[in-house]
Amino acid sequence: MRITQGTFSFLPDLTDDQIRAQIEYSLAQGWALSVEYTDDPHPRNTYWEMFGMPMFDLRDAAGVMAEIASARATFPDHYIKVNAFDSTHGVESLRLSFIVNRPEREPGFALVREEAAGRSIRYTVRSYAVDRPEGERYG
Amino acid sequence: MNQHHTSSSTGGAGASLDSADRYAAGVLKYAQMGYWDPDYEPKETDILALFRITPQVGVDPEEAAAAVAGESSTATWTVVWTDRLTAADTYRAKAYRVEPVPGSQDQHFAWIAYDLDLFEPGSIANLTASIIGNVFGFKPLKALRLEDMRFPAAFVKTFDGPPTGIVVERERLDKYGRPLLGATTKPKLGLSGRNYGRVVYEALRGGLDFTKDDENINSQPFMHWRDRFLFCMEAVNRASAATGEVKGHYLNVTAATMEDMYERAEFARDLGSVIVMIDLVIGYTAIQSMSKWARRNDMILHLHRAGHGTYTRQKTHGVSFRVISKWMRLAGVDHIHAGTVVGKLEGDPDMVQGYYDVLREPHNDENLRRGIYFEQDWAGLRKVMPVASGGIHAGQMHQLLTYLGEDVVLQFGGGTIGHPMGISAGATANRVALEAMILARNEGRDIWEEGPQILADAARDCSPLKAALDTWGEITFDYTSTDTPDFVPTATPA
Repeated sequence: MRITQGTFSFLPDLTDDQIRAQIEYSLAQGWALSVEYTDDPHPRNTYWEMFGMPMFDLRDAAGVMAEIASARATFPDHYIKVNAFDSTHGVESLRLSFIVNRPEREPGFALVREEAAGRSIRYTVRSYAVDRPEGERYG
Repeated sequence: MNQHHTSSSTGGAGASLDSADRYAAGVLKYAQMGYWDPDYEPKETDILALFRITPQVGVDPEEAAAAVAGESSTATWTVVWTDRLTAADTYRAKAYRVEPVPGSQDQHFAWIAYDLDLFEPGSIANLTASIIGNVFGFKPLKALRLEDMRFPAAFVKTFDGPPTGIVVERERLDKYGRPLLGATTKPKLGLSGRNYGRVVYEALRGGLDFTKDDENINSQPFMHWRDRFLFCMEAVNRASAATGEVKGHYLNVTAATMEDMYERAEFARDLGSVIVMIDLVIGYTAIQSMSKWARRNDMILHLHRAGHGTYTRQKTHGVSFRVISKWMRLAGVDHIHAGTVVGKLEGDPDMVQGYYDVLREPHNDENLRRGIYFEQDWAGLRKVMPVASGGIHAGQMHQLLTYLGEDVVLQFGGGTIGHPMGISAGATANRVALEAMILARNEGRDIWEEGPQILADAARDCSPLKAALDTWGEITFDYTSTDTPDFVPTATPA
């Protein structure tokens, strides 16, 4: 399966030129870029690990590309995403978030059903990968 | 209506009277009673309204405006001495400006100011009972339309507003940088719960973020509400596991009584739904009740505007949808259907963009082209996500993005479910078209001009998109709108 979180997951994986164009667009809007990674891509895993701090003062796409390259070198089999943060009053949230690295093989998720009262079912979405310890889940 | 109001011998709108004459028993013109005051300077704390008035023949516009001010505030048809037991000068609404509508023979715009103390805090029902109460049936007017309102920050702050809002909705769903995608299950009536859930599953798995009950799906013989909720949540969770994304289905909890609605909403919550839905026809008080329920239960609240066309569409009489949009932002809904521009339902581009501005911006400047007559500060009230639904398809993606922007739910019902390769393929076509268009726009390409080429290029990697473009690429709904700007020539979408 292919996890389709992020703004561009239905397109073929973005090339570095395409990624750079999105970063340049974000910088032109005044947004701050950050890089995050995880090997637990549960749809409600809000807090991926931060690969360094958000780059509030960095205005050059090359710097962000270097961070992405460094993250990929360190975590080649993790999911890595780039976030663009907008600090405008009334937003103060992400404006763009897209995956730039994913493991070779994505095992996906099981849907665990617990039969409850009536015909109700309590659902749990469980990643097959998290059966293994953190850091050993992919690759 | 009394003759004295319409055939007075005194010229103009009527001069002010001294106290003894003003309160003598009998009938006066509304203007003479103090409801027309061209020198009045609206206060920061006043609620302002702009009406389009069409007076009966022989009624002058200032008197008609004064009558609207009177009948929507303190007046009755005759002088009453008990006014003198009140601070009547304060409580009287004041018509303070009247202008002919450009290009019209018999219509006028009338600006009216209301003191804040005329209204109960935090109640749309109370507000509307005054502003669109008796006055809309008033005989000296042929027609009356409420075009716009301005609410002072002090009044805005008495409302909770949207329980979730655009920013937090995106954070809960973990979806940024693009419009959300939805579809209404079709056929809207007749499917069993089991078959209905199939449509939901296929559409969500294929790439949509949301699916939706239609406005008239409640609890009918072919599908009782509990069955619908159970099958839909199976579909939602299956799709979430298949994609790794948060997914939702707007479970319509509209019902005959508040007790029934609460029961349905609680069941939706207990099943783990992220969103519930109500119809505009349940009424303002019920909407505010459900808004407070949604806030207590961390639920996104979707509003379908069923019924609005009966009073928003005609230009001379009723209530503009921009006013409904403002009321609903105050009342507190997270989603509201607000037009597509390019789809099958009524909607002039400027007017629709004006509704979107009212729903989404922290502050509105006056913008006559978009029908926004007042500056409005939303005082930190959260933003409502507009929903574009009705006769739209993947081939219009560049137009939709240009007109409607990023913070919108694009709902492709027929454009998903009617896809020649199936529902899931239809959903994929829409998602690929959207992501390709966002990517291209961010790269600096001119999507208005290059849109069809961008879609054709994306379709080379995506056979469902190619099939969608082949099926619907040429479909447009090019009819003249009835509700159009008064201050510029009407544009029509390409």
